[in-house]
Amino acid sequence: MASFDLELVSPEKLLLSRPVEMVVIPAAEGEMGILPGHAPMIVQLRGGVISVTEQGKITERLFVAGGFCEVTPDRVTVLADDATPVTSLSKTEAAARVATAEAAYEAAAASGTPEVRELAMDSLLSARAMAQVAEAA
Amino acid sequence: MANLKSLRLRINSVKSTRKITQAMKMVAAAKLRRAQAQAESARPYAERMAAILGRLGAAVAGSPDAPRMLVGTGSDQVHLLVVVTADRGLAGPFNTNVGRFARARIKALEDQGKTVKVLAIGRKGAAFLRREYASRIIGEVSYAGVKRIGFEQAAEISARVIAMLEAGEFDVCSMIYNQFRNVVSQIPTEQALIPAALPEATTEVEVGTIPPLYEYEPAEEDILAALLPKNLAIQFYRSLLESAAGEHGARMSAMDSATRNAGEMINKLTLNYNRTRQANITRELIEIISGAEAL
Repeated sequence: MASFDLELVSPEKLLLSRPVEMVVIPAAEGEMGILPGHAPMIVQLRGGVISVTEQGKITERLFVAGGFCEVTPDRVTVLADDATPVTSLSKTEAAARVATAEAAYEAAAASGTPEVRELAMDSLLSARAMAQVAEAA
Repeated sequence: MANLKSLRLRINSVKSTRKITQAMKMVAAAKLRRAQAQAESARPYAERMAAILGRLGAAVAGSPDAPRMLVGTGSDQVHLLVVVTADRGLAGPFNTNVGRFARARIKALEDQGKTVKVLAIGRKGAAFLRREYASRIIGEVSYAGVKRIGFEQAAEISARVIAMLEAGEFDVCSMIYNQFRNVVSQIPTEQALIPAALPEATTEVEVGTIPPLYEYEPAEEDILAALLPKNLAIQFYRSLLESAAGEHGARMSAMDSATRNAGEMINKLTLNYNRTRQANITRELIEIISGAEAL
């Protein structure tokens, strides 16, 4: 089957760089499956799971807290804020993140500008997504 | 001529100093290797980020409502300098070089009638600038207790800078840090952060083909608004890592020459010690012989 190069980088390291057949990314406006030959796009990501398909099977599932993705017909580059394999997510850490994000959102909702509130909302949603994924894993 | 005992004490003390500098050199070498590896692994992200940003920025920069982080506030009256140094000394000219560079910059800006504010990262830089420019220092950040500088630290700094920009506390922001050229040379460098110096969009497209037209989801402006703060954090992260690698490199070479100097000193002192000992023996012999002759 046709393949394209997938690169997954976080600020701290290069996590993945190899040809794959399909990747599903959590784009800001809904999940997006990308196959080879996709139209060029630049997409913002929300918190969610990136699934990588090779030889007809899902071989990697990683949780990303947010980031960006650049798609060209023969290459996909994901700039993730923070990527963890789904299997090594910890429930307690996710719960702690949700708690801090909720507190931050409360504070932002009480006093912040709309932009600040939106940012806090995004990080809360991302933390909730992480908790959900950790629960399911 | 110094007496034997004081010479012996001196030699012993220089020897233990040499042991310390040698150990510090080893530690710095080990840390340098780690810091270099970390700086290396941060590079791919920064490169991809620069490519995307270059492409986006070119599309948006012309529009009147371009974000302030990209085009600045339109004035250049208040300058914010972020000065990155180490937390610890004994690293040769590492901290002083950045300090001098920053001092020259502050002076140049103030001569032009601008207001300067300094955010000092690392204890040594703050200590250096406090002597003359204490009133300009608006904040000090130190990561002395942090074992391994991570992205969170950089994000913290960038959040602080962005908050200041939102509050209109400065117009132009740049960063002064030691660029890591190689183990023995670190170059104090100034880098403009706000307004952002846009990296050139890389032209991977071959001649004769149509450049790819990107679709954006959400809109360009929204992506850019999210991308710019991230880019700022990445710039800080990179400079923190480079500075850390440079610090260890500088300490390593400083300790290497200190070890060598201590060795030379020990040689000189030992020679002196032996000569004094011989002179003493000779004198005693002469005393005995002349005493015997007198009988």
